[in-house]
Amino acid sequence: MNSRRLRGLIRKEFIQIRRDPSAIAIAFFMPVFLLFLFGYGVSLDARRVPLAVVVDQPTAQSSTLVAGLEHSPYFRPRHYASIQEARTALLRRQVDGIVWLRADFSRRLLRGQSPDIGVFVNGVDANNARIVEGYLQGVWQNWLQQRALAAGTPLLVPVDAKDRVWFNPALRSRDYLVPGLIAVIMTLIGALLTALVVAREWERGTMEALMATPVQMAEILLGKLIPYFLMGMGGMLLSVALAVWLFAVPLRGSFWVLLLSSALFLLVALGMGLLISSVARNQFVAGQIAIIVTFLPAFILSGFIFDIQSMPAAIRIITHLIAARYYVSLLQTLFLAGDIWPIVLWNSLALGLMALFFLGITLRRSHKRLD
Amino acid sequence: MAVTTEASSPLQLRAVVKTFARGKDAVHALDGVDLEITAGKVTGLLGPDGAGKTTLMRLAAGLLRPSSGSVTVLGRDLGRGAGSLQQAIGYMPQRFGLYEDLSVQENLDLYSDLQDLDPKAARQRQQELLELTALGPFGRRRAGDLSGGMKQKLGLACALLRAPQLLLLDEPTVGVDPIARRELWQIVDALRRQGTTVLMSTSYFDEAERCDEILLLNAGKILQQGPLPHFTAPLRGRCFLVRHRGLRRRLLREALQGRAGVLDARITAAGVRVLSGQGQPSAQPGEEWQAVEPAFEDAFVALLGRVQEGGATNASKTPEQGAVKPAEKAIGRAGDGDTAVVEVHDLRKCFGSFEAVRQCSFTVRQGEIFGLLGANGAGKTTTFRMLCGLLPASSGSLKVAGVDMRRATSAARGRIGYVAQKFALYGNLSVDQNLAFFAAAYGLRGGHRRMAIANAREEFQLAAYGAVNADDLPLGIKQRLALACALLHEPPILFLDEPTSGVDPLARREFWQRINALAAQGVTILITTHFMDEAEYCDRLVLMSLGEILAQGSPAQLRQQARTAEQPEPTMEEAFIRLIEEHERVIRRAS
Repeated sequence: MNSRRLRGLIRKEFIQIRRDPSAIAIAFFMPVFLLFLFGYGVSLDARRVPLAVVVDQPTAQSSTLVAGLEHSPYFRPRHYASIQEARTALLRRQVDGIVWLRADFSRRLLRGQSPDIGVFVNGVDANNARIVEGYLQGVWQNWLQQRALAAGTPLLVPVDAKDRVWFNPALRSRDYLVPGLIAVIMTLIGALLTALVVAREWERGTMEALMATPVQMAEILLGKLIPYFLMGMGGMLLSVALAVWLFAVPLRGSFWVLLLSSALFLLVALGMGLLISSVARNQFVAGQIAIIVTFLPAFILSGFIFDIQSMPAAIRIITHLIAARYYVSLLQTLFLAGDIWPIVLWNSLALGLMALFFLGITLRRSHKRLD
Repeated sequence: MAVTTEASSPLQLRAVVKTFARGKDAVHALDGVDLEITAGKVTGLLGPDGAGKTTLMRLAAGLLRPSSGSVTVLGRDLGRGAGSLQQAIGYMPQRFGLYEDLSVQENLDLYSDLQDLDPKAARQRQQELLELTALGPFGRRRAGDLSGGMKQKLGLACALLRAPQLLLLDEPTVGVDPIARRELWQIVDALRRQGTTVLMSTSYFDEAERCDEILLLNAGKILQQGPLPHFTAPLRGRCFLVRHRGLRRRLLREALQGRAGVLDARITAAGVRVLSGQGQPSAQPGEEWQAVEPAFEDAFVALLGRVQEGGATNASKTPEQGAVKPAEKAIGRAGDGDTAVVEVHDLRKCFGSFEAVRQCSFTVRQGEIFGLLGANGAGKTTTFRMLCGLLPASSGSLKVAGVDMRRATSAARGRIGYVAQKFALYGNLSVDQNLAFFAAAYGLRGGHRRMAIANAREEFQLAAYGAVNADDLPLGIKQRLALACALLHEPPILFLDEPTSGVDPLARREFWQRINALAAQGVTILITTHFMDEAEYCDRLVLMSLGEILAQGSPAQLRQQARTAEQPEPTMEEAFIRLIEEHERVIRRAS
C-alpha cells in the first residue's frame, strides 16, 4: 500500500465527481428528491376522505352524528339525497365510502332499540378501506360516548380497549418513512453509483491503463471505496438533517450510534457495488444489476414501506438476505424509539458480517488482470 | 528492481499460448509464440486483424496471464503478475487510457502519483514531457477536448513519466492525422537514442520500415522476425514499377493483376507496382517495366498471401473474376463524361457554436471514385451524413442524383447505397438474415429479392458464412457483408464512410479491387478514409482538415501542389502535411 498512489486515485475520483453531472445528480439531487417525495407527497395516512352521507330523515340525533363526521380531520362528508345517488357517486369514485342513516334511525334510537348504520366502503384500495373503516368506527364510538355523557349514564361496553400508540402517537407515516428512506438513499450512492463509476473505467479503457501502472488492486479498490464512502455519509447526514429539521421527525436515539451503524451499512452497499462492477464491465448492465439486486430490494423488501411480518413465509426468509432490512430496522428504532441495545447490536452484527462478506469476495475476485 | 544486462532481452516469450473462451469454443489468440526483443531497439509488430497483436502487448504489460508458456520481462518471469516490474514498463493501450474529464495536467499528475514519483521529480519530468510533446500550452484543457493526435501524445507522455526501460505502444497511430504520426515518430526516435526498448504495433507499412526489427504475426503465430532486409532480400528481382502511356493506372492494374506470374499489383503515385512470383512476367506493348527495390509491403503480401492461399479455400480469392462484369463497359465508362451526380455548394454545418463543416463545395461526376481524406474530426462523416440526408445542412446547397437533399431526401434515398462507419450490421443476425433484412428494408420483393440476395452471396463470396452471426465475422468479411447489403437495391451512387478503418492491409486491398470493379460498372462512389495511400485509388479527391477543404483535384494534381525543391516527388502523405502547414500559416497571417 502506497499513500501517494492512493491519494492520487482519491483526488482523481473527486475531480471526476465534481465534473460529472450524473454523479452529482445521483448523490445529491436524488436524495433530496426522494426525501421531498416521501416527506410531503407520499402518505399512508387516510385524511380528508370524501364520504357520502345519506340521511333519510334528518333529526337532532342524526345531525349530531353527521356533525361528528364533519369535524373529523379524516373525512369530508358530502350529502346525497338517496342511497342510489350515493352509490353512483361511489361507483364514479367521487367518494370512498357511504354512511347511510335510514328513516327509522332516530325512532329506534329513542325507543332504546339499537339502530344500525349502513356503512359501505370502497374496497378497491384495500389498505385505504381498512383505515376508513377504523376511523368511522372511532367516530361512531365517540358519538356514543358523548350521548352517554349527555344523558348521564355510563356507556356499558363489556370489554373496553384502552389503546395508546407508543413512539408515534400521532401515527404520522412520515415519521417512519423518512428514516427508512435513508437506507434507500445510501444504497443508491453506495451500490448504484459505485458500480457505475467502476464500469465506466472498464468501458473507457482507463482501467486497462491503470492496471499497467505499479498500482495495486487493493489501492484501486480503496481509491473507489473511500471517496464513495464519504459521499454516502454525506448523503446520510443530509438526509438526517432534512428529516430532523424540515420534517420534524424525532431522533430519540444517539446520533453516534446512528452514524456508526450507517457506516456499517454503507460498507455493505459499497461492497455490493464493487462486486457488481467486477462482474459487469459496462455501465448499462452494471446499472441494471444494481437496481434489481440492491435498490429495488431496499425499497420493497426492507420493511421501509411494506411490513415484513405480513409477507408470505418464503419472502420473509428472503428478506434476511437483504442488508437494507437490518438497517431500516435500526433506523426506525433509533429515530422513533431510542437506543434499544438488543436491536442495535443484533442488526449491527448482521450488517458487519455482510460487509465482511461482500468486501472479502470483492477483494478475492479482483485481480490486476484483464482476463 | 530488475537490472538488465546488455545481453539479455527485455522481453522474451517462450512457447506462449493464450486462449480465450468464446461461448463454447476456445479461441487461440496466441498459439505457441517464441520471441525475443532486442534491447534498445524499436520493434514493430505487424499482422492482420485478429492476429493476436493486442494480446501479445497485454501479456508483455502483465495484464494477461499466458495459458501456457512463459513471459519474461526485464529478466523476470511474469508468471505471478508484474508487481513492481510495472515501474519499468510504459504501456499505452489502444484508446490511450486517458481520463477525458480530467485536464492534461491532472492526467499527468494522476499518473505521476501512480508511478510514485515525488512531487519535485514529477514536476521536472512533466515539464520535459510537455516540451517533448508540445502540449505545454494545453495544460488546463480537458483531455476529452483534445484532438486525436494530442490525445495520443498525452497518452504517450503518461506512459513515459517514469522513464521506462520497455515501452509498449498498441496501435498508437490509428486514426490520427499524418502530422501527428510524424510527431509521434520524432518522439519514438528520441527515445531510441536514449536506449529505450520500444515495441509498437501498427498497421502502417511505412512505420514498419522505420523500425529496427519487425515481427510479423498471423493467426497467433510468428510468421517471420528480423530487420527489414530480412523480409525484403528474398524478393529482390521480383518487384517492378509498370507505367503505360495510354492506359489509366486503374485499368492497367486490372490488366496486370490477371496476368500469369503476377502475385499482386497495386496502384502507387508513380505507377502500378507489381510483385511477381519469379522474375519479370511478360510485358505487353506500351508497358514500361522498371525493376524496383522491394518494400515491406511486398513482403507482407508475399508472406501472408501464401499463408492464406495454403490455408483458406475460396474465401480469400480475389474478387476479380467473379464479381466484375468484364472491363469492356469500362472503356466507354462515364468517368470522363460530365454528368454531375453530386453537387455541393458552400455547404455548412454547425453544432451549437461549433462549425463542423464550412465552405464545402465540390462536384462528383458519374462513375467517379471520389475521396474525402482527412484525419478523424476533419468533418468527413458530417459531410457524408448531410449528403445522404441523414443530417440537415445549416446552409448551402446540395444535390444528389439531381434531387435537392435539403428538401426531398426520401426521393434520393432509393438511389443511394450507404455503408456507415463500423458497418452498422445486426450483430446477432446471421449473414443470410442480414441480407434478407436489408433486402426487405429496401423494398425488394418476390423473385427480384431472391435474385438480389443470391447474387450478393455469390459476388461477395458470402455463401460459406451464411449461418454465421455478423458479430463473429472477421472484420474483412464483415466489410464485404456491409457492402453487399448496401448494394442489394443496385444504387447508382454508393457512399462509404471509413470502410477500411481498422481493416488489415490485405483485406483493404481486396476491398479496393471490388470498389474499382464497381466503378468500372458505372457506379459513382464517394468514400472517406484517413489512409493517405488510399488516395491513389481515387479519381479525384478533397483533402479536409478541421471542417474545411484544403485542396481538391486528382491525386497527381494534389501532389503537384505540394511539390518543392527538396521534395520533387512528394507522396500523398507528404503533400497532405505540406498543405495543412500552409493552411495554418495562412490562418496565422490572417489573424
